Amino acid sequence: MKWILQFLTSSIGQKLIMSLTGLFLILFLTVHLIGNLSLLKSDGGAAFNAYSDFMGHNPLIQIISKGNFFFIFLHAIQGFVLYFKNKGAKGSKYAGKAKDKTSWASKNMALLGTLLLAFILMHLGHFYVRFKFFNDMPMVNQDGADILNTYQTVSEVFSNPIWIICYLIGLVALALHLKHGFASAFQTLGINHKKYTPIIKALGTGYSILIPIGFAIIPLYMYFIK
Amino acid sequence: MKLTLKIWREGGMYASGKLETYKVEADEHMSFLEMLDVLNQQLIEEKKDPVAFDHDCREGICGSCSMVINGQPHGPQKGTTACQLHMRSYKNGDTITIEPFRAKSFPVIKDLVVDRSAFDRIIQAGGYVSVNTGQAPDGNAIPIEGDTAGKAFDAATCIGCGACVAACPNGSAMLFTSAKVAHLGLLPQGKVEHEARSQKMVAQMDKEGFGMCSNVGACEAECPKEISLENIARLNRSYIASVFSSE
Repeated sequence: MKWILQFLTSSIGQKLIMSLTGLFLILFLTVHLIGNLSLLKSDGGAAFNAYSDFMGHNPLIQIISKGNFFFIFLHAIQGFVLYFKNKGAKGSKYAGKAKDKTSWASKNMALLGTLLLAFILMHLGHFYVRFKFFNDMPMVNQDGADILNTYQTVSEVFSNPIWIICYLIGLVALALHLKHGFASAFQTLGINHKKYTPIIKALGTGYSILIPIGFAIIPLYMYFIK
Repeated sequence: MKLTLKIWREGGMYASGKLETYKVEADEHMSFLEMLDVLNQQLIEEKKDPVAFDHDCREGICGSCSMVINGQPHGPQKGTTACQLHMRSYKNGDTITIEPFRAKSFPVIKDLVVDRSAFDRIIQAGGYVSVNTGQAPDGNAIPIEGDTAGKAFDAATCIGCGACVAACPNGSAMLFTSAKVAHLGLLPQGKVEHEARSQKMVAQMDKEGFGMCSNVGACEAECPKEISLENIARLNRSYIASVFSSE
């Protein structure tokens, strides 16, 4: 069993943790966005309420949701460990300044990650914590059953321009984090190939643009159009 | 051409380390190190301490020269060591900042000279082939596919100068270690110990206190031998596989 610990504390093992948890969170974003797009339907929130009721009560989803929280936690903790270890390994900076050949995002993943962690805490405070732990949630009768009116909570949050700006800032951080993270996760797994790496990089760039735009449409649409 | 040099002085009378300014007159045909030789001659004549810097072959193959020129290891010319950089890359009146490679695992010995023995210890941990591979004709008797031989040779061009560590914002030695693992592991003679080698060299690299690769790519951009990040992926692959498959 010692080998597992040795592996997970080795430099490549720690990077593998970042890569695998990151890839899981990338998959999570897709599912999260597809579900949330039901907020755009002009049905008074019926589709979104039904969707969140399903997500909130399906036992499999509940297990995956706990796993998701654990992976966010693990990704964040491991990320901080990497940041401080790497900072210690670098030592002092150069006085000479050269033209930077690397991307800003790749060198600021920890900063972007910290912003995202703050964003996630705000986001959970707005929705998850209210849905799960507060008894003041509005109810709605849909298909003969009383379910939480999560749609109303979402529209309340997105009626405040300050929150919308906070969400948009979070999504910019997400775009930059994904821009480096997506392709980087594959490199860490050892997938670097003349045929596939250009495809992975293109997919990563596309993903890092489309997913945040998809999420950004929701508050903007609900504020300006609905 | 008249140049202003800002050079990092550390050790001896400059215990804490600081940038000192010098004026030097150079010729465009000089190499960067010859320009430093001119400065040192000048300092000696003035009865001052000459600037210590590492150099050996001055042909770009030994990996001794190690300095950061205006923020770039080995200076501005792509795929070129500091000794092969020539003063024609600069013009009259330029100010050039020269610093040692910076990483916790490369402590400064004096001025621009850093201790890179951590690299030697990584090599000692597994950068060898311990089976008898015979004489040169035996090597030629084993057919190796051209592309594979090419990749092994590309990795073998690594001169172990440490520019990758110096350029990396994490002070990671993954490009160096992965190049050494690839150059041996891709060839049949080295393949036998490939997985064990991956584990031993990574373990030593971690022990030396190098940072962890976050795929920034600064190493590949600054490497005087243009070693590819592909090697890092290959090492990740063989290391992960070897951890799970070895007994």
